[in-house]
Amino acid sequence: MKIAIASGKGGTGKTTLSTNLASFLSENHKVILTDLDVEEPNSGLFLEKKLIKKYDKFKMIPEWNKTNCSLCGNCQEVCNYHAVIKIVDMIMVFPELCHSCYACSELCPTGSLPMIEKKMGELKHYKTGKFDFIESRLEIGEEQAVPLIKQSIKFVDEKFDTDYIKIFDSPPGTSCPVIEATKDADFVILITEPTPFGFNDLVLAIETMQELKKDFGVVINRYGLGNNDIEEYCKKHNINILAKIPNSKQIAELYSKGELLYNKIPEVKHELEKIVLHLTSNSL
Amino acid sequence: MKEIVIISGKGGTGKTSITASFAVLGGKDVVLADCDVDAADMHILMQPEIAKQEDFYSGELAVINQEICTQCGKCFDVCRFDAIDVKDGIHSVNELSCEGCGYCARVCPVDAITNIPLNVGKWFISNTRFNQPLIHAKLGVGADNSGKLVAHVKNVAKEIADEYEREIVLVDGSPGVGCPVVSSLSGAHFVVLVTEPTVSGLHDLKRVYELVNKFHIPAACIINKADLNPDKTQEIKDFLQKEKIIHLTDLPYNETFTKAMTECKTIVEFDNGEISDKLKNTWEKIREIVRN
Repeated sequence: MKIAIASGKGGTGKTTLSTNLASFLSENHKVILTDLDVEEPNSGLFLEKKLIKKYDKFKMIPEWNKTNCSLCGNCQEVCNYHAVIKIVDMIMVFPELCHSCYACSELCPTGSLPMIEKKMGELKHYKTGKFDFIESRLEIGEEQAVPLIKQSIKFVDEKFDTDYIKIFDSPPGTSCPVIEATKDADFVILITEPTPFGFNDLVLAIETMQELKKDFGVVINRYGLGNNDIEEYCKKHNINILAKIPNSKQIAELYSKGELLYNKIPEVKHELEKIVLHLTSNSL
Repeated sequence: MKEIVIISGKGGTGKTSITASFAVLGGKDVVLADCDVDAADMHILMQPEIAKQEDFYSGELAVINQEICTQCGKCFDVCRFDAIDVKDGIHSVNELSCEGCGYCARVCPVDAITNIPLNVGKWFISNTRFNQPLIHAKLGVGADNSGKLVAHVKNVAKEIADEYEREIVLVDGSPGVGCPVVSSLSGAHFVVLVTEPTVSGLHDLKRVYELVNKFHIPAACIINKADLNPDKTQEIKDFLQKEKIIHLTDLPYNETFTKAMTECKTIVEFDNGEISDKLKNTWEKIREIVRN
């Protein structure tokens, strides 16, 4: 089973829930946690872990080989991203704009734009006490998160059988990286906080999940803060609230130090049990 | 005209609440741009009146005309994005996976594929309740190209600032270090980093600063919730000192941010105490730095 943990707004507790849920579930299940927030991966900060293996991850970009190039300009014409341009007697490639579609390379009449590997990030495979953990990290300056997210999911699919519970800590927002991180999930947990920002961004995230036709539920973090808009909205639209994690300075302090919560705060463990119960009753 | 961008790496550190307060303090000198187009929240505090709205088109989507298509499968062969679905021998485009590269249309032997421009969202010019222009946007569900929408929002803000002789374009950025953040940094004169003393706050600050550094933009930092973890706060201060990042101020951990937000107010309107004073002083400091 694949579970993605997402949120519209950043800083609502995705990583907290991912790490605690993975650790809690691993007491009775085979679990693999994957941090897909490749721009700012944080899950690893909360886990005691041992590195098993590190992989460099590449994207493919064209490289100009001028020997046979006739400077016909076809490459520039076929690139929809303006990543290849012809200037006087040169072909210039802008790797950060390239989507690796191969059109310029494969449609070049003289084969002058072979595709080469460019490092876009790293994938690290760790073992924690009871479960496996994958962290993917985008190189600074690399703009596109999607290709690395895609490769990371593929890695997990190939390496870990379907009897694993696969938890994916997703990036914030509602745009392409989030779609990539959630589109294969069997269930999506949207975590939010009961504030106007949290509510506004939750509705965006809900609309996204409905568009993707995903099965999802909501977890309210920092419960007790703010107002009741989220509960009223979920009730009105028949959306499951899976758990409510209380607002507490003790939780914020433990988080600030990079510690897990459920083994120290019974309320958090109780809320995790509710989430697990929901997941189990639905197929786990 | 100077462009000040407020970012954080990590989400939820108080970026938007702080930016909104600066906007109120800046008053008539400021044009505000909400560049967190994925999860735009500035309008909640600013309750703006929308004066103009437009669709934003960016990128393309392949569409197969089934009346012409011979189901030869060439499009499937060339697509690197697994965006051609084949069901019962019928080829169709998976809209979520298509990246609009146009390769399939170029190799289709019967010209059955066309690329249509993609509507990725809306952008707005509005008037905030403080009578200042706010440029903001709403990215369509699951849309690509948020970087281009960010660039557009910023460009409109700059044009307005130029035309109406406003001194400052104040930009609320998005979390992360990817394309929307790169877009909001490009061309900026000054960056304000908002962080918090948590393991993730510091980790993300370091990464986003690495990006800022690539652009050679001078940066300053606000440590929010500073008393939550004094050791981490000290670690952040050491990092700032080492990197020669100006430390603007520390804000305390309390619920003023949330309470103000719940009433849809900015902090400087809601609170008359320590936090407001600190934000006022900080804004003055930023103005002075940017002026010189």
